[in-house]
Amino acid sequence: MANIISDETIEYVGILAKLELSDEEKEQAKKDIGRMLDYVDKLNELDTSGVEPMSHVFPVNNVFREDVVTNGDDHEAILKNAPAAKEQSFMVPKTVE
Amino acid sequence: MAKQYETVIGLEVHVELATKTKIFCGCSTAFGAAPNAHTCPVCTGMPGSLPVLNKQVVEYAMAVGLATNCQIHQFCKFDRKNYFYPDNPQNYQISQLYLPICHDGFVEVETSAGTRKIGIHEIHMEEDAGKLVHDEWEDCSLVDYNRSGVPLIEIVSEPDMRSAEEVIAYLEKLRLIIQYLGASDCKLQEGSMRADVNLSVREVGTDKLGTRTEMKNLNSFKAIGRAIDGERQRQIELLEEGKPVIQETRRWDDNKEYSYPMRSKEDAHDYRYFPDPDLVPVLISDEWLQAVKDRQPEFRTEKLARYKVEFDIPEYDAEIITESKHMADVFEEATALCGKPKKVSNWLMGETLRLLKEENREPETIDFSPKNLAKLIGLAEAGTINQTVAKEVFEQIFYHDVDPEAYVEEHGLKTVNDEGELRTVVEGVIAANPQSVSDYKGGKEKALGFLVGQTMKAMKGKANPAAVNAMLRELLS
Repeated sequence: MANIISDETIEYVGILAKLELSDEEKEQAKKDIGRMLDYVDKLNELDTSGVEPMSHVFPVNNVFREDVVTNGDDHEAILKNAPAAKEQSFMVPKTVE
Repeated sequence: MAKQYETVIGLEVHVELATKTKIFCGCSTAFGAAPNAHTCPVCTGMPGSLPVLNKQVVEYAMAVGLATNCQIHQFCKFDRKNYFYPDNPQNYQISQLYLPICHDGFVEVETSAGTRKIGIHEIHMEEDAGKLVHDEWEDCSLVDYNRSGVPLIEIVSEPDMRSAEEVIAYLEKLRLIIQYLGASDCKLQEGSMRADVNLSVREVGTDKLGTRTEMKNLNSFKAIGRAIDGERQRQIELLEEGKPVIQETRRWDDNKEYSYPMRSKEDAHDYRYFPDPDLVPVLISDEWLQAVKDRQPEFRTEKLARYKVEFDIPEYDAEIITESKHMADVFEEATALCGKPKKVSNWLMGETLRLLKEENREPETIDFSPKNLAKLIGLAEAGTINQTVAKEVFEQIFYHDVDPEAYVEEHGLKTVNDEGELRTVVEGVIAANPQSVSDYKGGKEKALGFLVGQTMKAMKGKANPAAVNAMLRELLS
């Protein structure tokens, strides 16, 4: 494997993704990510100068909505998705700025 | 000698667009609804929901870009900005990083040092986040996603500003352009326009930029001015003590007049942007771009130039009137109807602004019809009503948009032009006030004023003061 992922990198990526990994999982993730980067290196061997970057897998542009209200008040159904609700709101652990 | 410092400021301005619906779903953007009344699976980030772009958002963004001399990326797309916070239910915000819709523009602002050109780096489209309320009783926060998915444009300036004065002039300019376009009401207090200030200081004469901080929570022009002065001072003090300025986001506390660091290191700005696969690219044809160009309104600078040529009103009046697109519209419509620009301007500059101020309202909220103002001016010009009555009727127009012709008729406010009736009343007043009569005859001009007042009172204000004056002089001569 050409790409060696350091302990610091895996720790940092874990923090960004809000994941708590066991030591075993960290080792496995290091291997997986290393292999992914190897594959990207392989792709980099191709000469892509002059090739437009692909923006989307489908050859489709301009899918729009008109600016018209189509949804009514459906908070009861929406709040069923909340782990906890209070005062018609989603209840979450206290956030402090 | 003490070192001289220069402040370098760039702005990120978020503007809530005035669309009826959110950027990616058909939920209403109306303000003030009950929590989560305007939500659906898309704007609460439910798995499997599919965002579809609101065409009006693209049009508003293009219009603002064109009005700020930007280039338009005719091929643009959306990217995901990843971060975790409960106000962001998808755990990413849909924004534009790689191909923002507008780029490389500028606006010119007037400052005490003359005209300054402020560069605009880019304008991109994105979605707003929900609103968090911290519960007073339980150890929890409550999330309302009504604002989640409300369309925003973010206008990113170049670091071209050097003082609070320039920053405020730039914001005023943006506000006027956007209000003229009808793309937003741009109210700082209500959050439909929000400015983040990126500020650094450096010694005068150096080219290298100093380390900058980003300040948030600035909700008035005054707060922005104070925050700039406060942060400039804080950074200079650090440098003078030989300490480094740390690149961070700070929250301005306008009461304490000090900024505090906001985000911890753990939440480092690493947003891992990548293209949003749910949204297809936007391709703006030349025809579409031209159509938006053709629909651009006359902006304030052009309007002022035209007023100078077309209307005989003081420059100061023209400046105040055109500060609000709506007030300018009222002025132009009323003037077209009555042909008296100076009179229309006087009603707007005088009574209208006075009554607005009394109620703490903005000129944008004027809701009487220009037709009724024009009619009132017609009545006053024809001498059908006198100035005092006109003011009284104007208040009725201002508050209730009454038809002045009907109102004057109904309340019997027409000036009495019947000479016989006037003569009878004046004779009565003369008979009832012998002291004033002899004062006047003895050379006291002031006494005549008193008699005019008495006559007006007896006629319930419906007389023409000039006619009363003439009649008194005639009968007392």
